[in-house]
Formats: sequence, C-alpha cells, structure tokens
Amino acid sequence: MTTMKEAVKKNTMLIALAVVMVLFQILIGLAGKGSLFAPSNVSNLINQNAYVVILATGMLLCILTGGNIDLSVGSIVAMIGALAGTLIVNLKLNIYLSILLCLITGILIGMWQGFWIAYVRIPAFIVTLAGMLLWRGVALLILNGLTISPFPEGYLIYFTSFLPNNGSPAFAMTATMLTAVAVCAVFVSMQVLERGKKKRKSYEVEAGGMFAARLVLICAVVLASAYLLGQHKGIPVVLVLLAVIVIAYGYFTSRTVPGRHFYAVGGNEKAAKLSGIDTNRVLFLAYTNMAFLSAVAALTCVARFNSAAPTAGTNYELDAIGACFIGGASAYGGTGTVGGAVIGAIFMGVLNNGMSILGIDANWQKAVKGLVLLAAVIFDVVSKKRSRAS
Amino acid sequence: MQTPLLEMKSITKVFPGVRALDNVNLQVTEGEIHALVGENGAGKSTLMNVLSGIYPYGSYEGDIIYQGEVCKFGRIKDSESKGIVIIHQELALVPYLTIGENMFLGNERGSSLRVDWDETFSKADEILKTVGLYESSRMLVKDIGVGKQQLVEIAKALAKNVKLLILDEPTASLNESDSRKLLDLILQLKQAGMTSILISHKLSEISYVADKITILRDGSTIETLVKGEDDITEGRIVKGMVGRDLVDRFPKREAKIGGVCMEVKDWTVYHPAYEGRRVCDEVNIQLRRGEIVGISGLMGAGRTELAMSIFGKSYGAHISGHLFINGKEVHLHKVKDAIENKLAYVTEDRKSNGLILNAPIRENITMAKMDKISRHQVLDKDLEISVASEYKDKLKTKCASIEQKASSLSGGNQQKVLLSKWMFADPEILILDEPTRGIDVGAKYEIYCIMNQLVAEGKSVLMISSELPEILGMCDRIYVMNEGKIVSELNREDASQEVIMSCILQSSKGA
Repeated sequence: MTTMKEAVKKNTMLIALAVVMVLFQILIGLAGKGSLFAPSNVSNLINQNAYVVILATGMLLCILTGGNIDLSVGSIVAMIGALAGTLIVNLKLNIYLSILLCLITGILIGMWQGFWIAYVRIPAFIVTLAGMLLWRGVALLILNGLTISPFPEGYLIYFTSFLPNNGSPAFAMTATMLTAVAVCAVFVSMQVLERGKKKRKSYEVEAGGMFAARLVLICAVVLASAYLLGQHKGIPVVLVLLAVIVIAYGYFTSRTVPGRHFYAVGGNEKAAKLSGIDTNRVLFLAYTNMAFLSAVAALTCVARFNSAAPTAGTNYELDAIGACFIGGASAYGGTGTVGGAVIGAIFMGVLNNGMSILGIDANWQKAVKGLVLLAAVIFDVVSKKRSRAS
Repeated sequence: MQTPLLEMKSITKVFPGVRALDNVNLQVTEGEIHALVGENGAGKSTLMNVLSGIYPYGSYEGDIIYQGEVCKFGRIKDSESKGIVIIHQELALVPYLTIGENMFLGNERGSSLRVDWDETFSKADEILKTVGLYESSRMLVKDIGVGKQQLVEIAKALAKNVKLLILDEPTASLNESDSRKLLDLILQLKQAGMTSILISHKLSEISYVADKITILRDGSTIETLVKGEDDITEGRIVKGMVGRDLVDRFPKREAKIGGVCMEVKDWTVYHPAYEGRRVCDEVNIQLRRGEIVGISGLMGAGRTELAMSIFGKSYGAHISGHLFINGKEVHLHKVKDAIENKLAYVTEDRKSNGLILNAPIRENITMAKMDKISRHQVLDKDLEISVASEYKDKLKTKCASIEQKASSLSGGNQQKVLLSKWMFADPEILILDEPTRGIDVGAKYEIYCIMNQLVAEGKSVLMISSELPEILGMCDRIYVMNEGKIVSELNREDASQEVIMSCILQSSKGA
C-alpha cells in the first residue's frame, strides 16, 4: 500500500497528464469533433511540440543551476532560422555544411552569453534579456524584414518526413510496429539485466510486482503510440531526434559526474565550490548548451514551417520555461529532471492541441495556460511545505 | 529607590537538539549599564533575541517582566513599542538610503501615504547632534564610516523613544578611538536616564562602563557582579566565564606524533573587499602527522579566513606566503588542487557552505570526490549507495535512509554527514572549523571520537574552535590567534583557559 502511495507521489505529473488527456478525449468526443488520439493528430502533436521538448531540455539545465532562465531562446531560434534560410535557400550552400554552420553559430552565441553570466557574473536574467533583443535584431537584419521560403526537399526530408517510408500504408504500419517491438525489447532487457546485477550485488531493488507493472505499462504506451503512428505514415523523423536528445540529456543529468555538478551548483553554490566543483564552468556550459539546443530547435522549426521568418520563435522561451516548471523543476534550482521537463512539454502541448480542437478562442487558451502554470507551481510549493511540516 | 526595569525569570529556550538557555535570570535596574558577558555560544544573543521578540512568546519558557508587567512579545515591533530597542552586531542599515531615511525606517514621519521629509530630516539632524554625529542626515549611509554608522544606529534607536537600549558587541568592528567615543556616548546617555544592556567580549570596555555584570556560561546564569561591591577585574570576570570542570567530556587518546606534514610560512591574506585590510598577517603554523592542533581565538580573529585561504584560495585577495605539504612546497589555486593534495576543509557553517540541504545524504557524502564512484565520468550509482551506507554506519549517522534529504537531519547528524563527505575524499590533513558548533553534548563526544580515530590512522587535524574547553580537551598543541596574527603557541601542558584568554586580551591591548 505504501509503495503504491509512493509510486503515485513520485509520478504526480504523469498521472495529471493522463487525466488531462482523458478529460480532453471525453470533451472532444462529447462535442463530436473527432478524437485527441486520432492518428493524424498524434503525429501532429509530436511535430508541433518538438521544439518545446528540445528547448525545455536545455532550459532545465539552466534552471538547475539556480533557478536561472534563458530569455533569449526565442530570438536565437529566429536568428539561426534566418541564417539557415540565407545559407540554404539564398546561397544554395551544401545542406550538411549549412546545418553545421548553424549549430556552430548557436554554440558561439551561447559561449558569448555564458561568458558574461559565468565569468563576469552578470545576472543571467539581464544577459539573456539583452540577448533576446540583440538576436531578434540580428534576425531582422539578416532577413531584412522578409520571409525566406521555400526550403529545398533535400533539407526538409531530414526533419519533416516519416520513417520507415516507401509510400505504402501497410508497410508503414508493419515497420512502425516492428520498430516499437524492438524498442520495447531493448528497454525491457536492459531493465531486467540491471535489476539482475543489483540483485547479485545484493543491493535494494523495487518489488517484483511493481517492476513488472512498470515495464508492462511503459511498453503498452510505446506500442499503442506506435499503432497510432503506423496508421499515419509512420514514425516522424523528429521523434527520433527527440528521442536521441532526451535520452542523451537524461543520461547526462542522472548518470554522469558533470551532470551531478549541475544539481550541486543549484542546490548550494558555495558548498559546491568548496567541494572542488568548477561552478563557473557549470554555468558557462548551461548557457552554451541552451543556445546550441536553440539552434537545433531552429532547424526543426524552419523545416516545419518551410520558411524562415523574422518573427519566428516568439515566446518560445516562455513555453520552455513553463514546461520545466510544470514538470517539477524548482524555481530555486537544484531539483528537476529531463523526464519531468518532457512531461511538462507534452502537458502544454496537449493543452494547446485539445483546446484548439475544441475550438476554444485563442485568447482564452493563453489565459488557461497561464493559470495551469501557476497551479502547477503552487501545487509543487504547497506539497513541499506539507512534507517538510510532517 | 532602585526599581527593576526589567526582569527575565527562568528563561529556557530549546533549539532542536540544543538547550541554548537554561533557566536564565537577568535583572536590570533603571538607569544602569548592565553588561552581559560569556564565551561564544554561551547564550547572550539568544537571550537578547528572546527579550526583543525575535523568538516570539511561546517559543521559550519563563517570564519577561518589564516596567512591572509581564510581557508577551510576538514580534520585534511589540518590544519596540515598549521602548526596548536592540542594535545587532551586524549593522542593519540600508546603505543606499540617507541617514535620515534609515533612522525613521519603519517609523516614518507624517502619514503613511504622505511622508513628511522636512520633519524627517530636521528631526534626524537634531537627534544626530545628541549622539555627537555632525553629519547632514541627507548623506547616504554607505558614504560614512563604520564608526559613524554605529552612531546612526543609536540615533535610530533614540528616534524610537528608547528606554532600554541593547547593544550586541557594538565595538566589534570599530577601532580604538571610535570605540572610546561610543562608550562615552553610552555613559552620556546614562546620565540622561537611559538604561542599557551591553554585550561585549572586550572586558576592558566592560570594566570601564558597566555598573553590573551578568555572566552566562553554557546557557545558564553564573553570577551577577556589582561594581563597587564585587571584584570586577578582568581576571575575576574571566574566571566566571570559563570556570567549569572538564571531567570526561573528552575521550582519552594516546598521541603518536610523527613528522611535520603541513607547514604554513609567512601567510598573509587581504580582505577581498576592503583594500589594504590584512585578515591574516604573516601567519606561521606547523602541523605534524597524528597530531590535533587547535587554533583558538575570538570570532573575527581571522581563523576561518586563514583556513579557507589555505584551502585552494577559497577566501581573500593577494594571498602571499608559502605552503609546504610533506616538505614540498605546493601552490593550491583551486579547491580541486587542495583535495588532490589530500587536504580537507570542513566548514563552520554546514548549512550554507557545507551541505546541499535539498539533496539526499548519499549525494552529499560523495560530492567532494565523485571520481571514486565513477568511471570515465559516468556515475556508478550502486557503488555510490554502498559507500554512502558504509559511511553512514561508520559514523553512526542517525537517519531512516541515505536517500533522506540532509535538511531533515538534526545538527549533530548533519555534521556527521559533512564529516563523512570529507572523510570520503581521503584526506591526510583535515581542517575542522568549529566542528561541534550548535550540536548537543552527546553528538560532540561522538565527533571527538571520530577525530581521535582519524589521528590514530596517522592523519592530522587542525581544529578551529571558539570553545576553550574543547581546545584544551582535544588538542596536543594550541595556536592562539587574534586580529589576524598568531599571538601565542602553547603546548597542552602549559595551556589553560586563563592563559589563552589573557593572551588574547593582552594582544588586543597592544594593538
């Protein structure tokens, strides 16, 4: 019973996400407007929110270092998008070279901002606010206020196509399901192996029932999603990109020494410093990485819109910040997980998507999103206070 | 004729794990200057915080009787409205506001929606004259010196119609002439009928101004000396402050002392903010293998600064001098260098500089040496769990699980986690800064046992402590530090509380 309670407590956000999904499904069904889980809609949901997931992953690292946020994200997306448009469409440069140049530019922007934040100790809020204005200005200058489009097929294929794809729906379905089964098999065997290893060394392991239930649940979700995606062209390439980013950063934050440093700096910077952690370098890396991921997000965004516009990326930073906080990151730094940020991003995405299907006025949508963000953080703060009191 | 203005009756205040005040009694007569003395941690500041309502009614036991009635102060405002004003050791002025604005902060002239600035500044100027400060009240506080800021604090208290003025180490950061001025001002206010309570370490000042002296020790009142009736020489006061027996509070140890393992030569450190202020002044110390060496001194003597500047230049500017470890000169520019040279510094402030309170015990223990639980920068979490449990058992840390957050532990157990963290880093030399601050007697004993065990393994311990009995009970050799200088080196046999205290007092006089 207590393990059940603990499991619920540990996964509050995941449960909230499931509840919201079911709620929208019911509302949409009642309104007779189709289904949240329509294959094309699920595919759409992934494409629409890819940028939030990518940015939220980077933003989480910034928030971990002490509740600092990066406000320049949206403008960097616009600027890198403008650069990509110029290189690929106007100058007709080699696509791989263009992508590489865009990513390098992103890293350079991040190093510029990271330097001021980490080594000169200008507050992150101010440096990135300046960046928000600066990079938006540069984007406008590059584009001269105009929009560049369309992008060549050779570029779009890396971001907007589906895998595996030969045009036949039956093939898409079989291949997608096979991929999903393979993913599940790898996942389950890794989990079982690790559990076995722990048992051999007589470390504590979770109860067998819980372990099995967790694996079954995760595999069921993966297979069900695959089934839906299979009905609509297959796995979006972007999903593969997202999986790579989320797994890599999830591993980095939870399993590596430099990842642990991010938590230490956010938890207590003075203590971290006196433990021999290079706190300046941690801050520098957080912001450099944020701009790098902004560049990655920019590349997916120009592909999805098939254009590079000077107004692209407006308010993207707020989506990313919101996703992190809904996903349980602390506004004071030191706590939060990549998984949480991803759940937060999906939560925001489902909220947007569900309300759009229901035909709720865009202005109301914004108001609701604001309230949800506040409610999530209030919930977090209040529940922490209670656990401290007990 | 003498009416007691204030009477504090059997005040007891308990913090989690520590009994800070135990049945303390204090009687202050109207119109006197009453000094409160005792070692660091004797409970002086706690007692004054109880009086001023910082620790509200209900959080302590006992009664406060002021002007004949029992008072139940819930917050500072309540005590201030009765004319009790406390001036803390750290000045509480806002540097970027004017003197006048500071004086009437929270007590503004005019109505709350329309501050009367003319009245504010003219009234402020008037009060400033009575404290002997002839500056315009329109000056910014940051532009006047510390001595004058202290006067502004008193003027601020006067602006509140103070009847009982409490000064917590008012001269701690002042030089000789500013201190003298301040003391004369207190005497002058006494002539005008003011009652004051003065907390100070500087016994010469106390004999100069005080009418009565109450001595606190370990949270209890020891005695009250009255000027003219009792002997109030410094020697007598010191005896009252330190006179306690040391039986069995410290575990026995057979000292096996080896060769010199660390030597600090001509170590000079400047304050990072105040140009030209020497925090450590040509310090020379030696530490031998298997030895526990103490650094004794008052707060602000530069002991922590010395330790931190040695530990990878964690404090200070323009550090000069030489550091030898095992006979070889080393240059430690970063904390990481220090850890690699097998040095550990266990901070005095475990909450703000030592632990990540929000993180589990496990992560705190491994933080200073994550190389030991990782390969190619990838953490081995299973190994981490097992080493964390090992240290938990070794130091007998009381916790439900190593996944518990450090914030949920008592002070003594937090201290053990902090020690675990540094023992995990495999040091040969441990600098322990106030290792038993704010923890109870039982936990102290356990920490002492751990220290003995460390030196028995051939490691060396440099212990900074403000508690004289602890220094005397644990150390093989003692350095006495005052005002940035090592003023004396004593062997265990030659040291006593009186000797150490008089070393400090004599060096203060000379300055």
